[in-house]
Amino acid sequence: MLFSATFKKLKQGLSRSRTQLNNRMSKLFTGSVPLTEQMLEEIEETLISADIGVDLSLEIIENLRKNFPLNQVVDMATVVAFLRADLSQRMTSKPGEAEGHEKPYVILVVGVNGTGKTTSIGKLAHHYSKAGKKVLLVAGDTFRAAAIEQLAIWSERSGAELMQKEATDPSAVVFDALQSAKQRGLDVVIIDTAGRLHTQKNLMVELDKIQRVIKKVIPSAPHETVLTIDATTGQNGLIQARQFSQVTPVDHLFLTKLDGTAKGGIAIAIHHNLDIPVKYIGLGEQIEDIQNFDPVSYVEALFQVRETH
Amino acid sequence: MLEQLSQNLEHVFKRLRGHGKLSEDNISEAMREVRRALLEADVNYKVVRTFINSVKEQALGSEVLRSITPGQQIVGIIHKELIDLLGGSTAELELSGNPAIILLVGLQGSGKTTTSAKLARSLRKQGRQPLLVACDVYRPAAITQLQVLGKQLDIPVYAEEGNRDVVQIAQAAIRESARYAANVVIVDTAGRLHIDADMMDEVKNLQKALKPAETLFVADAMTGQDAVNAAGTFAEAVTLSGVVLTKMDGDARGGAALSVREVTGTPIKYIGVGEHLDKLEIFHPDRMAGRILGMGDIVSLVEKAQEDIDVEEAARLEEKMLKNTFDLEDFKQQLKQLRSMGPLGDLMGMIPGMKGIKDVDIDEKRLTRIEAIINSMTLVERRRPQILNGSRRKRIASGSGTKVQDVNQLIKQFQSMRKMMKKFGKMNKRQLMKNLPMGF
Ligand SMILES: Nc1nc2c(ncn2[C@@H]2O[C@H](COP(=O)(O)OP(=O)(O)OP(=O)(O)O)[C@@H](O)[C@H]2O)c(=O)[nH]1
Ligand SMILES: Nc1nc2c(ncn2[C@@H]2O[C@H](COP(=O)(O)OP(=O)(O)OP(=O)(O)O)[C@@H](O)[C@H]2O)c(=O)[nH]1
Ligand SMILES: [Mg+2]
Ligand SMILES: [Mg+2]
Repeated sequence: MLFSATFKKLKQGLSRSRTQLNNRMSKLFTGSVPLTEQMLEEIEETLISADIGVDLSLEIIENLRKNFPLNQVVDMATVVAFLRADLSQRMTSKPGEAEGHEKPYVILVVGVNGTGKTTSIGKLAHHYSKAGKKVLLVAGDTFRAAAIEQLAIWSERSGAELMQKEATDPSAVVFDALQSAKQRGLDVVIIDTAGRLHTQKNLMVELDKIQRVIKKVIPSAPHETVLTIDATTGQNGLIQARQFSQVTPVDHLFLTKLDGTAKGGIAIAIHHNLDIPVKYIGLGEQIEDIQNFDPVSYVEALFQVRETH
Repeated sequence: MLEQLSQNLEHVFKRLRGHGKLSEDNISEAMREVRRALLEADVNYKVVRTFINSVKEQALGSEVLRSITPGQQIVGIIHKELIDLLGGSTAELELSGNPAIILLVGLQGSGKTTTSAKLARSLRKQGRQPLLVACDVYRPAAITQLQVLGKQLDIPVYAEEGNRDVVQIAQAAIRESARYAANVVIVDTAGRLHIDADMMDEVKNLQKALKPAETLFVADAMTGQDAVNAAGTFAEAVTLSGVVLTKMDGDARGGAALSVREVTGTPIKYIGVGEHLDKLEIFHPDRMAGRILGMGDIVSLVEKAQEDIDVEEAARLEEKMLKNTFDLEDFKQQLKQLRSMGPLGDLMGMIPGMKGIKDVDIDEKRLTRIEAIINSMTLVERRRPQILNGSRRKRIASGSGTKVQDVNQLIKQFQSMRKMMKKFGKMNKRQLMKNLPMGF
């Protein structure tokens, strides 16, 4: 595991709010009662309120139905346990590691506007630098106002180098950065890209070009393409993941802003439908606010019955 | 925008249309579909519940049951409910005070800084003198970002590098506004989580000190179920006067619009439709609700004018378009239907792909002329336009009080429209709609 696996912060984040989710669960899931249609409906609403989506929520409920006959008395704790197991199993996978890869290990970060790409790159850079790696950040967002300046600050904070070129085609910076990283034997290259909506054809074409330029310099790269998904995102997240991965195959999600009250359930739907697992989570705006994703802890925090912290 | 939602809803109504009359049974089924569509569109489930109950109650009322076209009646009810929920009418900015102060607040990355600049640009166009104030003292390069945008627009930006007291900064900016000859001060703030007590205090203090004419909550149109929590908590902490919904240029179904409007109780005033600084539009609840219902194909477009329109007829026309047997008689019927629905400009706004063109004046006179020409044709001519030779065209021109060139032009247009339809016959409906309006 890359990051400290305490998950205290995640739990704090997910349970800090007195959201419907927690309240409901604590009310709903106590003692032994007959399982009614209405309770199933409430569970469904709970899942939907986490942005898991209608389809997947129904599927989970169906699964529940198969295992717990209607109107029979059940210990609700076992129902919760069943739900937790079901969900965490759906989110389980084995993400690859930077170790053992050829140098430089190239990470491409993509996503729609404002989801947290640049900030997450700062966090990743910090992580790798701390581990003694030589890291190069590439300012591939040449469009948004002060995007380069923003990344420059993260490079200072993390001690990573920065490759930038004002007012050029992003693939030109990427090309130079990869050439230089190869020549100088750097360990990790992390490429920032401009936020783009998957519906903007020209920008998706630009992304394709970036991806092709990367391959031109290092055929096996990008070794990791990360899509940032904002935890507040609703059902559109699934479309985002689908469209982005059509242009540049996405390996992992970086689920950001999990320190808020949003549950980020769309990530479950993305994993379920597109087999793209979450690898990292963002838990704040500071450089240390990153953790490796752990499905069990996540689901536990998601279904936390209120308890004292 | 809410295209998807309207497509889903439309699906329901198509089926409802088949049922003769409404019963407890088939209305529940329809409502389940509507519920699903709204949930998939990210409307908060609690908002959905109230909405559905209200629609169902009205739908089961005697009026609907007595109607011969319950499907259309329900469309009408939902349409009206949606407009109500979205705020009823367009809401303007309330710019009292000199300088008038606008405060923008919201979650991280929702689009506050971009929207600040867009608002400044739009207000200057209306003859105001804006001053932008950089009160995000946390995010890396946030100040620079606003300065770059200000420079692009040639609008002054007030910032104090190094000062962390945003109340101080904003107050200084207001004091200095006269020096900038500014009469509107737009304050950009840092993104913050609604559960971050310190940061929420900061924004409360800002509002207390500035007494802004407008405090706008900037929300991302892609937001899911949590929109109610964030917007609700912001609305409790500060007095909001309106909402700006950003990133509407994407394909998010945008149900957050309903949720945010519902929990804040304040109108959505603007929508952001792109990253460029001219991509800010006034929010039109009626247009939005109309779009929710009215998009997807000609049939549902036509449904907007529920009473005047013969749905069967519209469906028949659509069928003909797809099969490319559409003739001038059909064209005449379609024009008649379109005309019965009110000003064309309003309708155009509802058609996907027409957003950019909707402000173009649609020449009603030209349309009247087209109608006159078609009316002067015989039925046979309308059914078989290929027989329209020179002498027939001359007769039609004099019959309709137009010139032969006008008749020629119309026929030419009609032929190219047909050619297009033939092409589109092979496409799916969504692609079809993207391109179709060019014909008119
Ligand atoms: N609370 C919280 N805020 C975050 C997190 N990650 C990023 N942010 C904030 O989200 C906002 C947007 O982050 P950026 O890193 O600029 O996002 P981006 O995807 O690079 O944005 P564009 O380049 O404009 O598309 C900033 O205010 C960040 O501080 C997180 O995990 N938690
Ligand atoms: N496509 C599109 N992008 C938008 C729109 N509004 C803002 N953006 C983009 O969304 C991203 C975030 O916008 P910002 O204005 O930086 O958001 P912010 O709320 O100030 O972010 P923080 O200060 O970090 O909280 C940028 O990439 C903007 O270009 C819009 O209407 N459409
Ligand atoms: Mg960025
Ligand atoms: Mg900002």
